[in-house]
Amino acid sequence: METSHRSETRERVVVRMAGDSGDGMQLAGSRFTDATAVFGNDLATLPDFPAEIRAPAGTVAGVSAFQIHFASRDILTPGDTPDVLVAMNPAALKANLPLMQRGATILVNEDAFSVRAVQKAGYAENPLEDGTLAGFTVKRVPMSSLTTRAVEGIEGATSRDAQKAKNLFALGVLSWLYDRPVDVTERWIRGKFKGPVCEANLAAFRAGWSFGETSELIDVQVKVDRNVDVAPGTYRNVNGTEATALGLIAASVKSGLPLVFGAYPITPASDLLHALARRHDMGARTIQAEDEIAAASMALGAAFGGALGVTCTSGPGLDLKTETIGLAVALELPMVIIDVQRAGPSTGMPTKTEQSDLLQALYGRHGESPLPVVAAQSPGQCFEAVFEAAQLAIKYRTPVILLSDLFVANSSEPWRIPDAASLPPIDPRLRTTTTGPFLPYSRDDNLARPWAIPGTPGLQHRIGGLEKADRTGAISYDGPNHARMTQLRAEKVDGIPVPDLEIHGEPDADLLVLGWGSSYGTIRAGARRVREGGGRVATAHLRHLRPMPANTGALLRKFERVLVPEMNSGQLAHELRARYLVDVISYSKVQGQPLLPSEMEQQIWRHLS
Amino acid sequence: MAAPELTKADFQSDQETRWCPGCGDYAVLAAVQAFFPELGIPPERIVFVSGIGCAGRFAYYMDTYGMHGIHGRGPALATGLAAARDDLSIWVVTGDGDALSIGGNHLIHALRRNVPIKILLFNNQIYGLTKGQASPTSELGKVTKSTPFGSIDGPFNPVSLALGAEATFVARTIDTDKQHLPMVLRAAAAHEGAALVEIYQNCPVFNDGAFDALRDKKRGAENRIYLEHGEPIRGVVRDAEGALRIGGEGEPVIHDAHREDPSYAFALSRLSSSPDGPTPIGIFRDVRRPVSGRDLARQLAAARAAADDASLDALMRAGDTWTIS
Repeated sequence: METSHRSETRERVVVRMAGDSGDGMQLAGSRFTDATAVFGNDLATLPDFPAEIRAPAGTVAGVSAFQIHFASRDILTPGDTPDVLVAMNPAALKANLPLMQRGATILVNEDAFSVRAVQKAGYAENPLEDGTLAGFTVKRVPMSSLTTRAVEGIEGATSRDAQKAKNLFALGVLSWLYDRPVDVTERWIRGKFKGPVCEANLAAFRAGWSFGETSELIDVQVKVDRNVDVAPGTYRNVNGTEATALGLIAASVKSGLPLVFGAYPITPASDLLHALARRHDMGARTIQAEDEIAAASMALGAAFGGALGVTCTSGPGLDLKTETIGLAVALELPMVIIDVQRAGPSTGMPTKTEQSDLLQALYGRHGESPLPVVAAQSPGQCFEAVFEAAQLAIKYRTPVILLSDLFVANSSEPWRIPDAASLPPIDPRLRTTTTGPFLPYSRDDNLARPWAIPGTPGLQHRIGGLEKADRTGAISYDGPNHARMTQLRAEKVDGIPVPDLEIHGEPDADLLVLGWGSSYGTIRAGARRVREGGGRVATAHLRHLRPMPANTGALLRKFERVLVPEMNSGQLAHELRARYLVDVISYSKVQGQPLLPSEMEQQIWRHLS
Repeated sequence: MAAPELTKADFQSDQETRWCPGCGDYAVLAAVQAFFPELGIPPERIVFVSGIGCAGRFAYYMDTYGMHGIHGRGPALATGLAAARDDLSIWVVTGDGDALSIGGNHLIHALRRNVPIKILLFNNQIYGLTKGQASPTSELGKVTKSTPFGSIDGPFNPVSLALGAEATFVARTIDTDKQHLPMVLRAAAAHEGAALVEIYQNCPVFNDGAFDALRDKKRGAENRIYLEHGEPIRGVVRDAEGALRIGGEGEPVIHDAHREDPSYAFALSRLSSSPDGPTPIGIFRDVRRPVSGRDLARQLAAARAAADDASLDALMRAGDTWTIS
């Protein structure tokens, strides 16, 4: 079709969609993401929503946003500065304008800028008129009225249906602007909605697309080519929560153990409960417990019965589970505890991210109660991380804490789907027989004790939180025995072999940037920018916080300076200093927002000079 | 070939029992060990889960599978075990502090869910293992180490509490009653869902004689109001003015433990507020209600047995995917 539009090609684009919590921005964002993923760009996303379910409509507190970064090359983060902002109302504009740099494009729903709405957002004057947006390329689109007109003729569709469909109009405009495939989105609309609502949404989406195509307002169509530099395989888009759910199911299938998942609703961990609650078809049993303590106890009780017992929570819930985790350390039973970290202390900021439970995971239990701690580093890698946590738990008969966070749980990226057959089997090695008396606290070469489950004849035994005599497991208050058991429990955990830290970048650089968990992509992206600017820097990333890789100390000493960026006040830095006596440089961010590639770049330059 | 008959010895572990001399727990342990062969369940299919407190030690003394858990969490641990396994006979042993104070939340929710577990609540109206503080069943005015001027907090009535939590089986018995205790255990074992059995248990060290009104030969006979399904309730009842009297006038009340409406059982539970006078003993309520996850456990076991690499592949590839070759 002939149009007057120019077309230009870019390597990467960051789009941010913002509106009222009820405007369906998360939905529009995830639809755009799926179309982008299927098209073949590399991508990363970041939803950013308020804690209030429905804050007063039109207020800044109620703004919900979704950001996507997509490119024709590999990308590592959801991006820092958006190229395009879609603002569905004045509050969305106000809340997100500070993120925008001059020169960026802002698409506004012009219809939503009534005097009252402008005031409600806290603007004295209409920002479209008073010069607030000087220096930006502003596209004023009457989205509400165009959606209403598109939906008008549909039999059975109400004006409310039209009102609710304007997010799909916006999605249509963006889909045209970035030349996204429409069939993916239309298929989704047809699958999700029925009757007049389905027709209204389709009409709104198509109207948005047509507006982009025909309006002189949008003069450039931006093309972002497929990313061709991608490993062969079948991909899907996943967020960290979905990947974690799949990883747990995979661990259940590969071990042959039933998955029993106990949880108590808590933001941002509840989504994992929701995801697994749908998986009856794979034999997953979820229990919404009466509290966090019970959720952990149910997982542990199930483990005693031979299940893969898992519990999931966020900070305040981890506090409550602590006692049960200590019992799991004493019982030496497999158990996986997933902590989707959020900003604390106490209730803190439940919808904002942080990495501030590291020291709690390592040390937050009374007595000496060591356990392995694994961290997830990207949305897709959550699959691997939780699978490994389950492997370790089962092999070493120990609770394992998986540290995830809100950022990695909610962000998404393309994920190369593994072949189930390529995943290693997990042999639970249940003890079924004994020669001589059964010794529940005897140990194998890994110092793991036998796991004999109820129903196994002849192996009846009692375990509990009281200190146990080595080998027999009988109650013991003997001092030397306690010392030996304390040592055995620690040796078991610290003897787990974990892969060495790998250096990325220049191994002979003066500066090593060492991170852990969800800052992986950001640190890599920041370092890449430095290298593109001629700097020399090495990076490494910890996925195992206990035990740490054997080469950690040597690496820390090899570099002149070590920069440790964290979304806490320096917890890993503290641990590294204490463990390896190396005075690392801590870079700390506790604003509830992930680290940004630009600030990483800046920090690296700062410590290079 | 029929399995060999089980005996009491099959349920006795090699652990030395370490309760105080004269503790009511010995009587309960002996009664439970003597009763279990009758169930015909092999010891490896039985699990005892316990919390903290003197009663918590119980799990060590049964030669079954056992887990001595943490304070108050026994019902939660047992709920997880029951979710994983529907082929076990799961018993929780708990005390008044463990079940009603620190573990109160888990107790009421296990009862609400009707988890197939049997909870034996050893009520001695005192904290024993921590050496004599007031418990949530200690009577008002009770002088203990933690309440030197008398407890100012009123007690729970465990039976009333359990009924309020929608329990499907609630009973009360006495540690030294060699006939009644096994009878109640038998009925609890036969019950399909959650069963709560309150056992009045004497603590000779910190609260000796708390149940003398019921345990003494002479006074006990007067004060025990036995509840037997289908039989008239005999003993001490309240008349219209609230006065206690033996027997009662008019038509006798025929005990119906199967009555759906819990207010009947609740009313019976209110006949006494403490065991220092006439008190109902027996099964207050025994009704059927769907058991937590029973059908689900079977469905999930079948689904899991069928889950393999192919179904895992299908799950991981569900939805929009794209392939790079």
